[in-house]
Amino acid sequence: MSKKTTVKAGGKASAKKTLKSAAKTSVKTSKKVTTKKHDFGGLSEEILLRMHDLMVKSRVLEERLIKIYKAGEAYFWIGGPGEEAWGVPLGMLARKGQGLEHDWFHLHYRCTPTMVALGLNMIDSIRLMMNRATDPSTGGRNFSSHYCFPQWNVAPVTSPLEVQYPIACGTAHAQKRAGKKALSIVTGGDAGTAEGDFASCLVLASRKGQELPLLITVQNNGYGISTPYEGQHGETHIADRARAFNIRSRVINGNDPVETYLALQEEMEYIRKTGKPSFIEAMVTRLYGHSSADGANKKPQLFDPVLSFEKRLIDAGLLTEKAAKKIWEIYETEGVVAQEQARQEPVPTPESVWDHVYVNNENADWRKF
Amino acid sequence: MASVAQAIRMALHYGETNLGVKDIFGQDVGAPLGGVFTATQGLKTAWNSPLDERGIIGMAMGIAMGGDRCVAEIQFADYIFNTIDLLKIAGNTLWCTNGQIQLPMVVMTPVGAGIFGSVYHSHSFDAWASRLPGWKIVMPSNPLDAYGLMLSAIQDPNPVLYLKSKALMRHKGEELIPGEPADEKELKAMIDKPVQNAEGWKPRWPDLQEYLVPIGKGKITRSGEHITVVTYSRMVHLCDEVADKLAQEGISVEVIDLRSIYPYDWQMIKSSVEKTGRVLFVNEDTEVTNFGEHLAYRVTQELFYQLMARPRVLAGKNLPGIGLHPNLEKNSVPQINDIELAIREVVAEVP
Ligand SMILES: Cc1ncc(C[n+]2csc(CCOP(=O)(O)OP(=O)(O)O)c2C)c(N)n1
Repeated sequence: MSKKTTVKAGGKASAKKTLKSAAKTSVKTSKKVTTKKHDFGGLSEEILLRMHDLMVKSRVLEERLIKIYKAGEAYFWIGGPGEEAWGVPLGMLARKGQGLEHDWFHLHYRCTPTMVALGLNMIDSIRLMMNRATDPSTGGRNFSSHYCFPQWNVAPVTSPLEVQYPIACGTAHAQKRAGKKALSIVTGGDAGTAEGDFASCLVLASRKGQELPLLITVQNNGYGISTPYEGQHGETHIADRARAFNIRSRVINGNDPVETYLALQEEMEYIRKTGKPSFIEAMVTRLYGHSSADGANKKPQLFDPVLSFEKRLIDAGLLTEKAAKKIWEIYETEGVVAQEQARQEPVPTPESVWDHVYVNNENADWRKF
Repeated sequence: MASVAQAIRMALHYGETNLGVKDIFGQDVGAPLGGVFTATQGLKTAWNSPLDERGIIGMAMGIAMGGDRCVAEIQFADYIFNTIDLLKIAGNTLWCTNGQIQLPMVVMTPVGAGIFGSVYHSHSFDAWASRLPGWKIVMPSNPLDAYGLMLSAIQDPNPVLYLKSKALMRHKGEELIPGEPADEKELKAMIDKPVQNAEGWKPRWPDLQEYLVPIGKGKITRSGEHITVVTYSRMVHLCDEVADKLAQEGISVEVIDLRSIYPYDWQMIKSSVEKTGRVLFVNEDTEVTNFGEHLAYRVTQELFYQLMARPRVLAGKNLPGIGLHPNLEKNSVPQINDIELAIREVVAEVP
């Protein structure tokens, strides 16, 4: 997938060439990588390199979005740098496509890594960030990271926390009826689990004999804006709450793409096989703070899942420093070019506020009834 | 004649048989009860949801997003308030996604006073509902409209809120639903679950036909010359009764049953008010702020120089609740005498 994405979205010809050849190498030596020193859980070199590539792409994209904000070219930034090791495997493993035979995504605003893994072009995220009319998700109507891609069953990301959890039960219900072993995936933060909608989801997903094929997940970064996890939670792990509903549940290190990949693979398989829900709490890092509201600056003291995974790959001899650097450069160029292009693109017209209030632009303005 | 509850049931049966409805759900909606007003008895796709209004609305949104048709119920509108942000989202999803995601779903809920339901079985929702852009809002006053509006709601590609008056559930109309047997007893024997020995019971559905009441179209229930009364749902019957009474005194009242709150039939209101020059808006939701006020505002803006009297809104008093004792309820929402008095005042007003 990384190969495809890169070739499609790549900026310069030379850049394309480098990645193409990198991908070729990986295919050639595609075998399970396990040495004593470097345990990659049996994942192939191809998968490992693809994960790295997508994680870098997502990080560079988020950093580009932050730069756009800081340059005064956007009103607000919120996103998912620090969640790449969780989000990328999620996007890679899902059954991508449109319709009930494919997986549904009900994501929150830290989902850029998943979107990138699904094939999001950088420019489409930048168009959203810069509220262009060309923004495919919202047409310039909503904040950054509020993606919507019906062609991949990506439900609209909305600002109200946790509402995606009961909505995900609806698509899972329809998928179960369709009988094609597709599942719905829902993501959200730790603080948001205090909302009733989180409990609604556990109830709806787990009713005896009517269980839903739903992968319920929480990305626990330890904060809700400024409020630390401790002091807001009596439960040891959020995942413990799922157990009360007889939902299979686990806590994983979401900073490790290998652990995440393997866990997701296992849980997705379980859901497809049994039609029952499963729960994952992934411990992740809020690397750039909550949003532009608290500065959007990198916190150097925190664990960086992208750099650390890159180092692991280099140490294991799966990637050279030079090749890694090249990947960062390619995406950096892609981001710069995309920003320049988006800047030239049209913005929504004032009259367009009336568009799409109702289907087929049926008149919504009472003055014209 | 079918009751409103039977009409809704038949419409839902038509919907699940012919219009692709796959889920009809809510609290006690499925067997054994079939809804607290029996409006979902005997339906093959009806099921009981957990006791969770937000779960119900969220689930309906997901089902619609997935491409399936559903009708969800909130057992009483009094309990819909904790879903209001989900209703907002359902209404703004098409818009927020720049036309990408449609949510064709119907949410039905019993509303209003009139049955001495005390504080939490008497709330109205039409004024609140009118503040949910992206939704269509309908409010039938009789069984035939209840049937026709439900079929339209199911077929509409937008979310539709179907507000059904509790007090009208057993109300019978004057017109047959296409396919409905003329004999009321026969209908009952066919589609009402027996109170006793109901085990294994299955309805025998009449051969129902499609009948659509277009959303956004009102109906003149009484023609008149001296004043226009614009109302909907339960209040239609009170207004009709007053109109009949006043007709004997030579006061000619035109009553409009709006049937849809949004979009609403402005052309019908307009041509009527142009004729009568006087208008009263009647509904039972609280008066601050009230959907009737919007209509009154519009009348003053667009028809000011054709008016012979100040437009007036008669609505529920701006109280925190409707008290149980009849003295309390009757002094909280418009009663027949209040309507008569208001009509007389507007008609008597001299510019
Ligand atoms: C229902 C609701 N309440 C409040 C907010 C404002 N808000 C936005 S993000 C946030 C914190 C969320 O924390 P968490 O769920 O842990 O996710 P994180 O941002 O840490 O990933 C709050 C309070 C909101 N968007 N929605």
